[in-house]
Amino acid sequence: MKPFDYIRAESLDQALAEGGKPGTAYLAGGTNLLDLMKTGAARPERLVDITRLPGLDRWEWQDDGGLRIGAMVRNSDLAHDPDIAATFPAMAEALLSGASGQLRNAATTGGNVMQHTRCHFFADPASPCNRRAPGTGCAAQGGDRRGFAVLGGSDACIATHPSDLCVALAALDAVVEIAGPEGLRETPLADFHLLPGTRPEAHTQLAPGELIVAIRLPAAAAGFRHHARYLKLRDRTSFAFALVSAAAMLRIENGVIAEARLAFGGIAPRPWRSPLAEAALKGARPDAESFALAAEAALAGAAGHDAKIALAKRLAARALTHAAQGTPERVPALPGSVHRGETAHV
Amino acid sequence: MSDVTPIATALPQRMGSNAGQRATRRDGVAKVTGAATYAADNQPKGLLHAAFACATIARGRVTGLDVDAAKAHPGVVEVITPANRPALAADPDSKPMRFWFRTQVLQDDRVLYAGQPIALVLAETLEAATEGAALLAPTYAPEAPRIGLDEPPYTPEAVGIGAPAKVTKGDIEAGLAAAARRLEVTIETPAQYHNAMEPHAIVAEWQGDRLVIDTPNQAPVMAAAAFATWFGIAPQNVTLRTPFLGGGFGSKAVLSAPQILAALAARMVGRPVKMVLTRAQMFGPVGHRGATRQTLRMGLDGAGRFTALAHHTIAETASFDEFIEAASTPSRLLYASPAIATTHAAVVNDIGLPGPMRAPGEASGTAALEVAIDIAAEAQGMDPIDFRLLNYAETDPMTGNPYSSKALRECFAEGAKAFGWAGRPLAPRQMTDDRGMLVGWGMGTANFPCPMFESEARATLRADGSALVETSLIDMGQGAWTALAQIAADALGLGLDRIEMRGGASDLPDAGIAGGSGHTASAGLAIEGAGAEAIRQLAEIAAADPASPLYGTGNAGVVARGGRLHAAGDESRGESYAEILARADRTALSGQAKGVRDPAAAGAYAMQSHGAVFAEVKVDPELGQIRVSRLVGAFAAGRIINPRLAESQLNGGMIWGLSFALLERAEMDPRSGRLLNADLGEYLVPVNADVPSIQTLLVHEDDPHVNPLGIKGVGEIGTTGTAAAIANAVWHATGVRVTRYPIRLEDLMEGLA
Repeated sequence: MKPFDYIRAESLDQALAEGGKPGTAYLAGGTNLLDLMKTGAARPERLVDITRLPGLDRWEWQDDGGLRIGAMVRNSDLAHDPDIAATFPAMAEALLSGASGQLRNAATTGGNVMQHTRCHFFADPASPCNRRAPGTGCAAQGGDRRGFAVLGGSDACIATHPSDLCVALAALDAVVEIAGPEGLRETPLADFHLLPGTRPEAHTQLAPGELIVAIRLPAAAAGFRHHARYLKLRDRTSFAFALVSAAAMLRIENGVIAEARLAFGGIAPRPWRSPLAEAALKGARPDAESFALAAEAALAGAAGHDAKIALAKRLAARALTHAAQGTPERVPALPGSVHRGETAHV
Repeated sequence: MSDVTPIATALPQRMGSNAGQRATRRDGVAKVTGAATYAADNQPKGLLHAAFACATIARGRVTGLDVDAAKAHPGVVEVITPANRPALAADPDSKPMRFWFRTQVLQDDRVLYAGQPIALVLAETLEAATEGAALLAPTYAPEAPRIGLDEPPYTPEAVGIGAPAKVTKGDIEAGLAAAARRLEVTIETPAQYHNAMEPHAIVAEWQGDRLVIDTPNQAPVMAAAAFATWFGIAPQNVTLRTPFLGGGFGSKAVLSAPQILAALAARMVGRPVKMVLTRAQMFGPVGHRGATRQTLRMGLDGAGRFTALAHHTIAETASFDEFIEAASTPSRLLYASPAIATTHAAVVNDIGLPGPMRAPGEASGTAALEVAIDIAAEAQGMDPIDFRLLNYAETDPMTGNPYSSKALRECFAEGAKAFGWAGRPLAPRQMTDDRGMLVGWGMGTANFPCPMFESEARATLRADGSALVETSLIDMGQGAWTALAQIAADALGLGLDRIEMRGGASDLPDAGIAGGSGHTASAGLAIEGAGAEAIRQLAEIAAADPASPLYGTGNAGVVARGGRLHAAGDESRGESYAEILARADRTALSGQAKGVRDPAAAGAYAMQSHGAVFAEVKVDPELGQIRVSRLVGAFAAGRIINPRLAESQLNGGMIWGLSFALLERAEMDPRSGRLLNADLGEYLVPVNADVPSIQTLLVHEDDPHVNPLGIKGVGEIGTTGTAAAIANAVWHATGVRVTRYPIRLEDLMEGLA
């Protein structure tokens, strides 16, 4: 790979100063960036290692019951904390449905939010890709659309965002805390990833040199803990990206849905929150009819792959059904799967 | 072959105390502690690293390579392209040896498939070599690639490795015309790529005109001869070491272009060169299981007996050589029918050359045939096992020869019992579990032939009473270091701990190719013969020595056991090997033997391993998400030398069958001719969470004809039959017949809705 300078940042100020220089990439868990450097899709001249930055590798419960998660908290640590799993169960299930144990041990919270699409053409420097090389075209458009966006794409790009965690975070109204040369700012996670439009290369709201320092979950998000699921359809039971995934969360009062959250993965360029579906569910009874209507509303306008759209609707209805039945006592043995794990004894 | 003396089938079988035991791997500790070195672990002094630039078009010419940019990169030592590649002694477009494929070794600027090596960069570090290769930034004159099975078909002369493309008997059309029921189904199997845990690697070093190579290879003596041919040196001037392989599966049976080029580069620069293919580079130059489209036509009489069985395969091959998946061959082997037609056609694609991949022909072929059989049973309203028993081949369907042994009936019975097959509803979509998942049960027949390869071994009894057994055995994970030592121990009348094995190198007696599921039988037979010869010599010395208690017993009257010879029928009259050797003033005594199948038996009998695989799947009734929840396989493969290792191989084979059924597929972009999932993140193989409870049964089978040891082999058969068993179970759960592998959830959506 291309030779690069490696700088281990000892402080946030140093990281921001170094990170703002041209050709620089931040290195956290490296589970995505290093892959892209090996294929040649990413060719940074300098890596600023932010894994030793003080204070970013822990979470703290806030006085109001919210949770502030440092950007360097490892996916495994976040997923396996019993208090967090009890309070935000769909997030724990989403985390554990993603990647593999080894990857989750390395991958960080901020890095998960920052990961790139898994579009083949993006990762392959020999293919046209507007997202990687603006103006070269989109090789995905004329091919099999199974792995691509059915909502939110554009003529310039139909790549999907691959994260499981972010789907749950979007549904939980997570907030992204960003540090930059101008100080701290924050933005809702659901808006953090940009839709491709005519400029798919923009990826996210981050300006050069800016850095995610934390993800915040508001206290109100804990209100869904009794009715929350993350379901994920995929070709392999583990270590596979979602064909379609859905985070479904309900607050049920007196047999009626007081508030609903529904977000999808695998079908759009960013974690796809469905305000229309959520609005349709508010005040409805938690039954099959309501869920089917919400699923229809969520996929309104979707195009590109009929079977995928149909699957997304059925998965949304199923996730809502499971959520209504109540959060499982523990994260299931096969997280995100519609199947129950059997004990293997080869 | 004329100098080979077949070891007659009359050789007495020694059923000693070692073979048949569940011995653990002799190399296990070395592997888990890292003491076992694989090819890429070698670091000779002065080593250079090699990295390839590979074509990103599928057809055309390379018009430019920025060699200056690559050479200017710090650490880069040399760039090899067609413009400066030194001459090779062999013409890459020729086929001077058996098991030799034409290949691309930078002989010209043509690109014949995406992923073809088009330049080699040598550097002081792997990173520099890799970046040097990237800096070559090739330009091309591309041509439209030929991709897919709809290209114009032609009829090949041979399929697989030298098998006839067409074998028929009887009149198919008459059989179909006379049938009470006619059925036809077309099933597609995808291209699957070799992804052994250890990628192809080589460390090559020239010592004058001697070539020393560390590289994983399934046939080191043959490979050394191939290297010698490429470089115009004597075969004895090539030393190839391959003590451990991280999987072979057929891809390491022959040389690949990257290995040849690395050795050439080492000679060019006069330094040792290490080359390790990247995972992405495994998808092209090292062979793959070619895609097929198989059409089966079946005629049944009123009772459900075959009147005709026709199996036609269209398979992809490359433009520069042929390897055609022999997928129709299982229909020559499994069912009785008065008319059978097994035929193949090929289409030329601009792809890397397909090659043998675990159970070549049989894996793809049974994946189609055994689904067709399920369809026929369904049409007849019969239980799938009953249908198979009704059409059971009592003799070889094509030749009429008797089987050397065939316990397939017992496989059906024992497998069905263990699985709990009885009471299975005939109609689909009849069973659900407690959570509303659709449950289906399916089965398929497993089948694999029992080839043997000429092998040679040497057994040396040493002064301390221990033994050294030498043969170029290959352990690619299957356990040859262990199983062959068990055979050696019995052959020499010693405990396992008294046997030292030397293998995995080209300068040893040739154990042939570790492939075709024939290595244990082939190398084992040679070891058995070598051991017998050593014992014969020892007994001769003792019997002729007046000072020996065995004096006068004669060879026939002596038994070897526990490191001692004693008189038959009188265990008190005997002495240790060490005592005999010491008195004869011998430090060692060697026996050498070749093992080869008795040609008379080979001509008289059909030799096949068989099995029955049973699968349970659960399918979400709305979402189509499939999960295999149970697999039971019952296999009859002759004598089992080590049940632990055999079960492990069969388990692994069935897991590959699961992969075939539900996961593995190289996704080709037909526009570019490039693969879209050339990495293990997107090219899916099973992970632990996909692997269900597996039960493997070893069904007893005595085979007095296949070879004197009665061994048939278990390396590949587990991969056959399993894909169809799962596909049939998916149908039984859902009522949907998916005729394209791998079966994906969206394939079931319409039928489930």
